[in-house]
Amino acid sequence: MEKGTCNQGTQRKLVLSNERIAGLLKELLDCSEAQGISACFMCRTCSSSCPIATLEKGFDPVKLIRMCLYGLWDQLLRDPTLWLCTSCYACQERCPQGIKIADFITVLKNLAVKKGEPPPGIKAQREIITQAGRVYPLDEFDNKKRAKMGLPELPTTCTVVGRLIGAE
Amino acid sequence: MKYALFLGCTIPARARNYELSARSVASRLGIEFIDIQDFVCCGFPMKGIDRRAAWLMGAYNLALVENKGLDVCTLCSSCTSALTEVAHSMASEEDHGDMLASLEQMGFQYTGKVKVRHIARILFEQVDREKIRKTFEKDLSGLRVAVHYGCHYFKPSEVYEGFDDPEAPYTIEELVRLTGAQVVDYPGKKRCCGGPVLPVEEKAALTVAKQKLDDIREVGADLICLVCPFCALMYDGNQKGIEAEFEESYNIPVLYLTQLLGVAMGIDRKPLGLNLNVVKTKKLLERFY
Repeated sequence: MEKGTCNQGTQRKLVLSNERIAGLLKELLDCSEAQGISACFMCRTCSSSCPIATLEKGFDPVKLIRMCLYGLWDQLLRDPTLWLCTSCYACQERCPQGIKIADFITVLKNLAVKKGEPPPGIKAQREIITQAGRVYPLDEFDNKKRAKMGLPELPTTCTVVGRLIGAE
Repeated sequence: MKYALFLGCTIPARARNYELSARSVASRLGIEFIDIQDFVCCGFPMKGIDRRAAWLMGAYNLALVENKGLDVCTLCSSCTSALTEVAHSMASEEDHGDMLASLEQMGFQYTGKVKVRHIARILFEQVDREKIRKTFEKDLSGLRVAVHYGCHYFKPSEVYEGFDDPEAPYTIEELVRLTGAQVVDYPGKKRCCGGPVLPVEEKAALTVAKQKLDDIREVGADLICLVCPFCALMYDGNQKGIEAEFEESYNIPVLYLTQLLGVAMGIDRKPLGLNLNVVKTKKLLERFY
């Protein structure tokens, strides 16, 4: 991470009220995944293990932890680089302090979605899964192809996921 | 040996070569797969959006399996990790009452009995090596295989109860060696395929995948062997795109572990879905057919 880059691209006006920020902070620290982050002593094992941090200057797991500890909630939750985490767990496996870094980033992603500014595609993905029950919905054409290969037919509609999570 | 086969979303739609070969190989080894029509997405793609929703989807799938008194065999590593996390969390001290109540409201119960196992893990842990060897009709000696483990096959390690070693993985290589093929080591073996960031930052994802293709070309492997449809999408499906983007030439065939084992078992190309691989395998496998 280059010095002073953690605010890059986040110069927009604050849109979160103080109450909302306090609410998000509480929500984050209530998550077991985030509770260990204060143990970070910045050894940067995570940064050097990360397949993305070596390519994309804006992304660095240790940066996300620091921003969180410094209370830069607004910048953090609208930081588009959050979504560059591949969830490969290399950082988490190697953290000498046992911080669940990848799980912590997942929590941040969840909070960013709630705040209402996830990248395009994320909401669409939620819609597809909720409506079709799968990421790649199947149709009769798929089933015909499957049958031709001797593979069993699969349902082309699904309502259970909508009922399971749709209301939340 | 009987398992509920969890296909997930990608495999039945976009990786039918994996499904075909897994079914063919399992059948040769006497592993019976039960298909459950009501399965939904494992929840993995939902994790970044809403962890609770992801957990519920995983638990719903496991409830369907528990109801039939079975364990799960997964093919996709992401499904494996999502379902293993749910199974593991049920055994922890975390309180799931609230989420289990949501399931119950819909008439489903999950008590945490189901074991989730990737097909490679089942072959490694549950099937006798001699039994596997006895099914082989072809000796794959001379093939130089670079194994790509991917990430979620064994990570996060805390939920996998000591299976394999994320810093020095060995299980897939051990299975490949049974065929007589030579496993070649290469730098960056543990690197992620980059797949999850493909929809967010395509160039970064392709660059991560390219690094591995470079490493594998450098050590002169004949093929890449892997166990996840996302990783296959990066190295097989996108190999031509990477070649165009970076002005490179690789032409390295990518086979699922089940396809490679199937070749050794003397199974025809079609039941292994070899005709569906993007990078052509015909020349590589000529001497076996």
